[in-house]
Parts: sequence; C-alpha cells; structure tokens
Amino acid sequence: MAAFKSTEKYIATRDLEVAVNAAVTLQRPLLVKGEPGTGKTVLAHEVAAALNKPLIEWHVKSTTKAQQGLYEYDAVSRLRDGQLGDPRVHDIGNYIVRGKLWDAFEADEQSVVLIDEVDKADIEFPNDLLLELDRMQFFVYETRQTVKARQRPIVIITSNNEKELPDAFLRRCFFHYIRFPDRETMERIVQAHYPDIRKDLAREALNVFFQVRDVPGLKKKPATSELLDWLKLLMVEDMPVEALRSNEKQTIIPPLYGALLKNEQDVHLFERLAFLSRRGA
Amino acid sequence: MFAHLVLGLRSAGLPASITEWLTLMAAMKEGVAGYSIDDFYYLARATLVKDERHLDKFDRVFAQCFKGIEPPEGVNVEALPEEWLRKLAEKLLTPEEMEKIQALGGLDALMQRLKALLAEQKGRHQGGSKWIGTAGTSPFGAYGYNPEGVRIGQDESRHRRAVKVWDKREYKDLDDTVELGTRGMKLALRRLRRFARQGAATELDIHDTIQSTANNAGHLELKMVPERHNAVKVLLLLDVGGSMDDHIKLTEELFSAARSEFKHLEYYYFHNFVYEKVWKNNRRRHEQVIPTWQMLRTYGPDYKLILVGDAAMSPYEITMQGGSVEHYNDEAGVVWLERLVGHFRRSAWLNPTPRQSWGHVRSITMVNDLMEGRMYPLTVHGIDDMTRELSR
Repeated sequence: MAAFKSTEKYIATRDLEVAVNAAVTLQRPLLVKGEPGTGKTVLAHEVAAALNKPLIEWHVKSTTKAQQGLYEYDAVSRLRDGQLGDPRVHDIGNYIVRGKLWDAFEADEQSVVLIDEVDKADIEFPNDLLLELDRMQFFVYETRQTVKARQRPIVIITSNNEKELPDAFLRRCFFHYIRFPDRETMERIVQAHYPDIRKDLAREALNVFFQVRDVPGLKKKPATSELLDWLKLLMVEDMPVEALRSNEKQTIIPPLYGALLKNEQDVHLFERLAFLSRRGA
Repeated sequence: MFAHLVLGLRSAGLPASITEWLTLMAAMKEGVAGYSIDDFYYLARATLVKDERHLDKFDRVFAQCFKGIEPPEGVNVEALPEEWLRKLAEKLLTPEEMEKIQALGGLDALMQRLKALLAEQKGRHQGGSKWIGTAGTSPFGAYGYNPEGVRIGQDESRHRRAVKVWDKREYKDLDDTVELGTRGMKLALRRLRRFARQGAATELDIHDTIQSTANNAGHLELKMVPERHNAVKVLLLLDVGGSMDDHIKLTEELFSAARSEFKHLEYYYFHNFVYEKVWKNNRRRHEQVIPTWQMLRTYGPDYKLILVGDAAMSPYEITMQGGSVEHYNDEAGVVWLERLVGHFRRSAWLNPTPRQSWGHVRSITMVNDLMEGRMYPLTVHGIDDMTRELSR
C-alpha cells in the first residue's frame, strides 16, 4: 500500500505521517485538530493526491445534520408532486437524495472523505455518525434498504475545537494535533510553496512573522496560511528587504500587515506598540 | 504488550480505553510503526490521546513507562531535611563514590542544584513534570545516595537521545483539566445554556404550517422557525494568589467544567480585587497585563460576568484609592466593580468559602452588597442558584 509522505507542496512532520498511515492501514477515521491556518483541510487534499484516490468533501455548518451526509427524504417535493398528480410520486425512491457518505460508500474505488470542521455542527452530530463511521453502513428507512460500503473510505475529520467531541466518537478515531510549525519546518514550507523566493527576503519575513506571533495579547495570531499570503504579496510588490528589517528589538508595523493581522484590535495594538517604541527612542 | 502504558495513562487520569489499546495493537501488527521508537511514540499518541490537553500528560507517562522512573509519590520532597540527607550520604557512601561526587562539584553544589530544582517545581503550576519528576526522584536515590540518582537532572547525553521527543513537553500549555469532581459542576452549569432561537429559519414549524395550510384552502404553505442554539457567552474573572491559594483547586475545577458548556468562554485573572488591570497568563502576569477598560470594550453587555474569589481582604482594598496591596490604584476597587456590574447585564460572584463564614468577614459583606446580593458559594447547589439568576 502506498504510504503518505511529505510532498513538494505539503510538508508533513513525521508524527503526522505516522498518524495518517495508521488511519489508512486500519481504515479508521483520523481526527485532525490544530490552530486555524495550519493546514488541516489541505491535509485531506494531499492525502487524496498522494494515494491517488478521489476526494469527497463534506463541509459542515452549524445547521448541518448527520442525516444529510447519508441521505435526505424530500417530503416537500413529493407532497407537491402529489398535489399536481405526477406519476413519480408512487415510488418513494424518487425522493431520496443521496448524501456525501452514501456517494463514498457506493463509489467503485476507495475514496478519501473529508468531514470539515465537525465541531461547527450541533453537539449531537458526531454521535449520530458513530455507527455509520464504525461499520461503514447505514439503513434507509424509507426504502428499507441497507447501504454498505464497498470499500471502507479513508475518513479525515477536522475540528477547530469550538466544541468538545463525545468520548465514544473519539474512541473510534485516530487523533493528531497539528502543532504550530517551528522555524525549521516553516522554512521548508515556505520553500515548498515559493521555490524561487529570495533567500534574504524569506529570512527577514520569517523574522518579522515570528516576532508578530510573539507579541502578547494578539487576538488572532497569524498562522501558516497568513504567512504564505503575506509572502506572496511581498513578492508581488517586490518589497525591498530593508523595509522588513526592524532596528534593534523595536516593534514595527510590518508592511502590508493586512495579510497578517485580521482583526482591527490587533492592528490598534500594533500601532500603539509602534508609537510607544518611537517615543521610547 | 505495553499494557503498563495504558494502565499508567489511566492512573494519570487519561481516558484511554481497551478499544484504543486493541487498535494500537492492531496497528503494531500491521507494522505501521516499524521498528522505530519515535514512530511508536507517534502511533501510540495518535491512538491513545484524543485531546490536545492530554498530550502533555501522555508525554510524561510515556517517559516514565519507557525509562522506569518512579514518580515522586506521597512524600513531600521539599520537606526532607538536608541534614538527614547529608548524614545518610556520609554513612552509606564508599570513599570512591564520595570522590565521584566531589568530581561532580561537591555535595554542596549538588544540594544547591537540588534546591534550585525544587524551587523551580514550586514556581511551576503543578509538580511532576518530567524534569522535576527526575529531580523529585533524586532525593529518593539520595537515601542510598546513588550518584546516578542525583545526576539525572544534569545534562547527561547518555539519556537524552532515548527520550528526545516526549521530553520536550511541547504541549504543556494545553493542559488545563482537572477532571475529577467536575461532573456535578457541569450539570449545574448546563443550566446556564439559554436556548434562544437565532439565525436562519431552517426548522419546520408544524403548528404554524398546518394553520397556514388550512387558511390557504388546503394548499401547502410551509412555515419555518430558526433552530435552537446554545448562545450563552461567559466572561470568567478568577482571583489568584494570596488568600485564594487554598481555593485554587476548587476554582480550577470550576474552570475546567465551564470550558465545554458555552458558546464563548473568556477568562482573566486578578488578585484580590479587580482594578484597572487583569491578565490572562498567570505566570507572566507582570508582562502581559490587559487594561480592564480594554476588556470592557471587547466583551459586550450580553456576556455573563462571573467573578470567582473569596473576597477576603481589608476593606480599604475595596473602598480606598491606593488601597490595593500590590500597587497604587488610581481608582478605588468599588468604582471598578460598579463599572463591571453596570456594563454587563448579568453578573454574579462565586465565593469558594462556605456561606456560614461570610458574616464574619467585613469585606465579604461589602462585596455582597456591591453585587446586590448575587454572591453564591462555590458548590453545586450554589452554582445552580447562580445559573438560575444569570439566565433569568
């Protein structure tokens, strides 16, 4: 079986590789948590690409129900068809709408299923999927039919930790917490995304980036995706390296900060710090 | 195989189950981890730990299981008199061993180091980190004065390679649980959830639909209502230090119970009484203070304010400008508390001391008056009363 490894575009640490390979081998769901912007969703894309399997994405919202992933019975259109005298109304199967998991179960080849941001949904959502993800089968009440997975799909679940997940659900998953990358890993990530970036620019930008992350009291610390956006902007604008270089420990507002700071309170904080350090000088 | 790891995890309070252990065994059988100890560590972590808060605990237990270090249990290592250690050492050591110790900087230097380590343990939040764990063991080694025992704390390269990954303890900051005894509090806090209908209309309102369809001469007319959501936002202010030290455990239990119950939960610390500054990280309280004004601006009046503190202090700390024990406060504590209570629509004070003793402390009565009687004891019953008041 093909194992998952870092690709040119996606740098996976060794612990992540082990977790993914364990989940793939034992055919159990992998739960991925971590700071926003550390590449949780991208992981599923990369796993699908690395194993050369189709990806089925299921993005969960606060209104999503577990049932929607399996199937939905469209009672309203059947009722309407009934009132209009449509002959289709006699077969209830015409009103069963397949969900993402059904698609994955019935697919001809094994697929990768991404259940994105599972914590957004109601607290009962993961509980309602317990049996389905464990046995990879479910029962359609309306048509009295059991849908069984031909191949157990590789399930990757991401969570932003907005709600706690039930123990029974966790017990059935592998778990990986994506830690914020250290400087070395970050350099590899930058290199992977922008192979032709100037060395000095990348170094100074990373300096500024880690300095920004160290500022106490930030509401939203910039993460990998913000750094990559910001680097792209810096490259497009052809920013001189000097603009990034801060004098001796003084905090400066980084150029094009809009890509790094996503919160006006954070921007205010930086303006205040810059003002203080100017006054101090 | 490796059952002691699971047992160790369970006794450390990590909810690892048989199923997960069997999964780990199955994964080992499939050869996921190969023959690398690092990979095995990663695999065991992915299988047995399901919450990043437990990662640090896992690292500690893993280090213990695979190094055979006894945790410093029961005995307060700080309490061991130095004299005694010294005597024992002199009695039990062979001259060669004494020489060895001299080479390491002498017994005094070792004792100093041990003391420094113990002091560090006090400085950290809870004892038993790997590093301190070894330091804690060393006095036990010191009964027989095994030079090895004390040396563990020093940078011996021999051991470092084997434990490199889990000894870094990178997940320390994520551990914020006190699991035991929180169940009852969780139940009470659940009352705080106010189910409000907000957001998009997605649920079929059957009564209204039937009514409207009937009015519509039998033609279907659907009526929708928004779904119920847990929309409770809570701001916790916790008193730390000083007279609260006895109550820290209770406070932490409350804190860990509260985490999962709300849509938003924010917390800040203060000392004795709320003045113009609060902080988030207790270890860095002097570097990372947040102005109380900023906190008031950030969190709207719809947040429910819960102050946790024993309110035992000198009355001057409440009423007088400059009355704080720690710094000179420009405005009296009473001004700040009134500001807070005025800003948030719902607020309450939780007091970990028993209600019977409140009458004996003048400052408690004062705070209770300032809170307009909304001071509750930190018991399941008290929380029950408080949540009823807050969600009125």
